[in-house]
Amino acid sequence: MNFLEQYNYWIVIILMMSGFYIVIAHGNLIKKLIGLTVFQTSVFILYISMSKVTAGTAPILNEAYKVYSNPLPHVLILTAIVVGIATTALGLALVVRIKEAYGSVEEDLIQEKDLQQEGSE
Amino acid sequence: MLMGVYSLLTASFFVLMDAVDVAFTEAAVGAGISTILMVTVLSMAGRFENRQLHHPRIALFVVLITGVMLVYGTFDMPAFGDLNAPVQTHVAPYYLQQSAQDIDIPNVVTSVLASYRGFDTFGEVVVVFTAVIGVLAMLEFSRKPDTTGDEPAPMYQHKILRIVGKILIPPIMLFALYVQFHGEYGPGGGFQAGVIFAAAIILHAMLFGVESTRKAVSMPVVKVLAAVGVLIYGSVGVVAMLNGGRFLEYNALAENPITGQHVGIIIIELGVGITVATAMMLIFLTFARRVGKANGESA
Repeated sequence: MNFLEQYNYWIVIILMMSGFYIVIAHGNLIKKLIGLTVFQTSVFILYISMSKVTAGTAPILNEAYKVYSNPLPHVLILTAIVVGIATTALGLALVVRIKEAYGSVEEDLIQEKDLQQEGSE
Repeated sequence: MLMGVYSLLTASFFVLMDAVDVAFTEAAVGAGISTILMVTVLSMAGRFENRQLHHPRIALFVVLITGVMLVYGTFDMPAFGDLNAPVQTHVAPYYLQQSAQDIDIPNVVTSVLASYRGFDTFGEVVVVFTAVIGVLAMLEFSRKPDTTGDEPAPMYQHKILRIVGKILIPPIMLFALYVQFHGEYGPGGGFQAGVIFAAAIILHAMLFGVESTRKAVSMPVVKVLAAVGVLIYGSVGVVAMLNGGRFLEYNALAENPITGQHVGIIIIELGVGITVATAMMLIFLTFARRVGKANGESA
């Protein structure tokens, strides 16, 4: 068993962990969303790399080819990309509203304002 | 900008992995629309982060531990490109072998998307539609008092951009239609076509200003069309039921099951294309106007 055979998963893990780090270490809500996008792409790559077959070709049937990559993950990820952008847009819409209400997109500033409001009530 | 480069790289990577349909989508969505949305929101929220990171050391530690555990998990995974991996042995061979007889279109991705897994795709279209309703509810209908005043389009003064843009928009739309109706034979389909079509409209909005685009494409019509796309998809399923089949069973749509499959796939891809195109347009136009207004106030 050769360890280097699984390098595709390691690339996915590196990307995934970079996204994860951005999400937990940054207080800026937009950066958190960018981190989520990076994380999301790593999942896409995980699926697509699983569907790859050595010496296979794109799953468009043709007399000349016998081996095709797995079409099922392609379908799942194709729709996931479009759904992903739609949900990211929803997240960004929330950020825009938060910015309008609080004047900031920093998590700790928002929390401070919330606490002040509670104190004054 | 980096986001766009990152997406384009991902897309080329997908081509190497033989996932041409996915690469197509990623290039259109990631390098085009998602980057533009991020930049639009950043223009409002400010470019610079002035706060310290929360406990970067602890975060790094958590991330490293999780990463090491995940790497440990991969030791049991099948090798890259392995033909006998579990993923390749369940339904995939069935799709690849039967698709030619059942559906008779060369692009297996389209036949799995639209026919074998039509329920999933219907669900995804509904999710996109719901997300658009959410964006509209948060940014469009809850309006702040209108700050009137037509600011000139940011790029209108660039003559070259304007003319090149004008020349480019019709071919982009034509290409979108080609992708839409050629999806059964080559890479493409409703999702990609919708995004490309929306990109043409977004280009128009960047060149001539959001307000003039909102007039040109008529927002109420676009909003109705987003719902019509979902409706078309759903009605194909209902028509199949009326013809004695099950929901989304295209074989019942025509005398010959294969013709039925073709008709079904073309119509539902059209529904998907309409919903995705109008959804992306609505999302961008709503954002651009809201953010443009906020910037106008603070300036």
